[in-house]
Amino acid sequence: MLLRHTPKEITERSAVMINPAKTCQPIGAMYAALGIHGCLPHSHGSQGCCAYHRSTLTRHYKEPISAATSSFTEGASVFGGQANMLQAIDNIFSVYDPEVIAIHTTCLSETIGDDLKQIKTKAEKEGKIPKGKEIISASTPSYVGSHVTGFSTMVASMAKMAEPTGKKNGKVNIIPGWVEPADMEELKRLMGLTGVKYIMFPDTSGVLNGPMSGEYKMFPDGGVTVAELKSCGDSVGTLAMGEWCSAAAAHWLDSKCKVPCSVLDMPFGLQATDRFIDALRKIAGITVPDEIVHERGQLVDMITDMHQYFYHKKVALVGDPDQLIAMTEFLVALDMLPVHIVTGTPGKKFEERIKEITAGMPCPVNVRAKGDMFLLHQWIKNEPVDLIIGNTYCKYIARDEDIPLVRWGFPILDRQGHQYFPTVGYKGGLRLLEKILNALLDRKDRDSTESGFELVL
Amino acid sequence: MAANAEKKARTPDLAEVKGELLKKYPPKVARKRAKQILINEALQNETPEISANVRTTPGIITMRGCTYAGCKGVIMGPTRDIVNLVHGPVGCSFYAWLTRRNQTDAGETGENYMNYCFSTDMQDSDIIFGGEKKLAAAIQEVYDLMHPKAIAVFATCPVGLIGDDIHTVSRQMKEKLGDCNVFAFSCEGYKGVSQSAGHHIANNQVFRHLVGLNDEVKPGKYKINLLGEYNIGGDGFEIDRIFKKCGITNISTFSGNSTYDQFTSAHTADLNAVMCHRSINYVADMLETKYGIPWVKVNFIGADATAKSLRKIAKYFGDPELIDRVETVIAEEMPAVEVARAEVRPRTEGKTAMLFVGGSRAHHYQELFAEMGMQTISAGYEFAHRDDYEGRQVIPNLQVDADSRNIEEIEVEADPQRFRERKTPAEIKALEDAGYKFKHYEGLIPDMDKGTIIIDDLNQYEAEKLVELMKPDIFCAGIKEKFSIQKLGVPMKQLHSYDSGGPYAGFKGAVNFYHEIDRLVNSRVFGYLKAPWQKNPELSATYVWE
Repeated sequence: MLLRHTPKEITERSAVMINPAKTCQPIGAMYAALGIHGCLPHSHGSQGCCAYHRSTLTRHYKEPISAATSSFTEGASVFGGQANMLQAIDNIFSVYDPEVIAIHTTCLSETIGDDLKQIKTKAEKEGKIPKGKEIISASTPSYVGSHVTGFSTMVASMAKMAEPTGKKNGKVNIIPGWVEPADMEELKRLMGLTGVKYIMFPDTSGVLNGPMSGEYKMFPDGGVTVAELKSCGDSVGTLAMGEWCSAAAAHWLDSKCKVPCSVLDMPFGLQATDRFIDALRKIAGITVPDEIVHERGQLVDMITDMHQYFYHKKVALVGDPDQLIAMTEFLVALDMLPVHIVTGTPGKKFEERIKEITAGMPCPVNVRAKGDMFLLHQWIKNEPVDLIIGNTYCKYIARDEDIPLVRWGFPILDRQGHQYFPTVGYKGGLRLLEKILNALLDRKDRDSTESGFELVL
Repeated sequence: MAANAEKKARTPDLAEVKGELLKKYPPKVARKRAKQILINEALQNETPEISANVRTTPGIITMRGCTYAGCKGVIMGPTRDIVNLVHGPVGCSFYAWLTRRNQTDAGETGENYMNYCFSTDMQDSDIIFGGEKKLAAAIQEVYDLMHPKAIAVFATCPVGLIGDDIHTVSRQMKEKLGDCNVFAFSCEGYKGVSQSAGHHIANNQVFRHLVGLNDEVKPGKYKINLLGEYNIGGDGFEIDRIFKKCGITNISTFSGNSTYDQFTSAHTADLNAVMCHRSINYVADMLETKYGIPWVKVNFIGADATAKSLRKIAKYFGDPELIDRVETVIAEEMPAVEVARAEVRPRTEGKTAMLFVGGSRAHHYQELFAEMGMQTISAGYEFAHRDDYEGRQVIPNLQVDADSRNIEEIEVEADPQRFRERKTPAEIKALEDAGYKFKHYEGLIPDMDKGTIIIDDLNQYEAEKLVELMKPDIFCAGIKEKFSIQKLGVPMKQLHSYDSGGPYAGFKGAVNFYHEIDRLVNSRVFGYLKAPWQKNPELSATYVWE
């Protein structure tokens, strides 16, 4: 047994977290910053954080992840990291020449109280920021929230680049939240079908799913441009996907730039995608094109065709709040039973939403925000499930308990596909169904007796 | 002829290469980097001097990590029956969770905490009011849940700043729990300038809190400790297989596939064989001073190197039975190695490699490449010190700079009861007169050819430039470098994680490595980078149907 020391009996813990269902803020800020064209993320802290965040993102995407660090020493940690940051800005522009440096912090620089705004002002005064280049920053203390919080804060910093002119640009801001590059691509395809003009930020498609061509571009062609970000205060409205990931940016644009916003669930599965398309229709005043209606019909068709395999199957879920809310709703729509749901990210609202969504289910539901995968495993030991949906770390539970696993979420370190094939929208819904069915039916084939083994399922 | 001409074109003037690497830097940075980039002159009696173990240039995109990674991630992570509890916000613990491939074999029922990730998950209130109470509670909860024989506590960046006294908390909890050894490591990420400081801190605490606790004499002949071998991809398993075959008893490995008991018994061995000099030379020195165990440098990376190291161990014990046994084992193992070597060599001969790995492999792996007829044209470490580059004779001249001054040096004296000379001074002298070298490591530079380039703390910009200018057939480094190098159309081999392969140590490991490098340098995929229409972009004729 890989997790042989996990007892079935559950005791409440107040101090130790075991097998976290979250990680820390800066990696989220780094991921978000990679969705800006020509941007080099910068970690203001000691260099270990930056190395870890780059490594984790690289393992997930199998792509180069560039980011710089202030490389704090003990001296800087006591007396402040201003000199390190100024030196870093100088070196970064001289050597790597990005359009934007997006700075985030760590528990080190936050604990000592470095003031990023003041350092930026000093850099400007000293002429360390070349003309036409930008520095943005986000405060991302690792001891608050999770990687999702860091992502959200950096996305809000992007929104704060808005320079409203008072003249509307006729576009809709799309804030997709922490989804994969392929998901952002899929959202852009849907927008293309509707003909609605948009500014999407962040946008990691083309950045973290790039081609192999014999050339290495530190700043690939993708990403939202600085010009677009400056213009997002002139948009006619904002659709923000995911309360945890995207609401902060959308609310800022609403209150400061008078760009009205709708905060939606992430468009995973049938109903959340329905609401996204419908909100888009209303905000942009368009008719939904037939292609999209057709795709929706295909998804409903597949649910109808394969419903017998979904019906009342128990599922354990672990991941980030926005993704889990949409996924739980989708599973309930399939008449599946999501019975254990854990996120490491704090937020009471999460538990409330999940309880709402699962209210009509014929069995009790365990849900925990600020939980961990040790607890999830204990729940599974007490009430076994037919399927686990979560990141790569779930494979230890899946193997010990002999339960099929669908890899979905972050990080996925041992399989491919997430950067190339979407799980958002109706098309993404079809792919999720295919993945779930493959897992369940592979297991059925494996477990069938010879006489019960069937060709057609 | 054509091959020769091609080879010539690939050997650019190294002074020009160095000039190109420094060109874009602001003057101050250029001056500093110039001292860390060295064109090897391969001088007869002296090794050129390099600047190493100095602070990282901010914003340069270094490959380096931190002290916590060196302590928890590298040295303590591989021990299966100690709970590693990280005191800090969740990240440090999360990122070091199963990401280094230290394999272990705990059997069906043995203790194994390596698949778990333990954190105090510090919150803002802990930063404000201090995290000592939470740490004590976390230790208690771990104990109640799992009853491990030991709990190790690791500090992260904020812990030092807010002044949590993790050592006192650990001592109090050890007293309270009674049957659980609790001890702590002050390995805050900002200490020192790299992972290296973490190695030192780990060495000190393991020596202080574990080594020497168990005087029980283990059975077996020719007792050694294998220091600085972390069982990545099963390297340690392969080395242990060979030891067993030779009749050599491995008392403890620091720290691949290790256990609490191995550490506590380490002082009962009669020889320390040091693989990774950088990470573990501190323990090697302390074991010698306190208990009288001599140490020698070994290398099990490469079949020839493995044979050499086995002979070195056998020679130390000097027992003809062991010497014969080792020769028999080498004779048994080498045929399979020779077959594999002969198979790949026509496809690898004359190819070039670049190696930029942590603190030891950039040197060790050169032997493996040499066995395939490949030359290492450039190499360097992330965080090694000058002695790893130039040899241990420079140690007396090393200046500890301001950034590393606060890394604790512990004073060790001979143990009045347990110090035992393993060899008489006469025996030592006889061995030395016969060319045997104790406490000796000659470093990377003397092993490299004239006209190679050695770079300390390589960064993203220099890596890309170096590949562009010197066009190696293979580049070896880590996960952060892998995909940018590969995008350039150059095969890239990870020598930290082995790209999920391995083992590469020992005889079987050498065979694995030959096949892996053959696969990489002869892979068809690099021929597909351009589409047919990109190779012939201009149409010379149109088709009739147009």
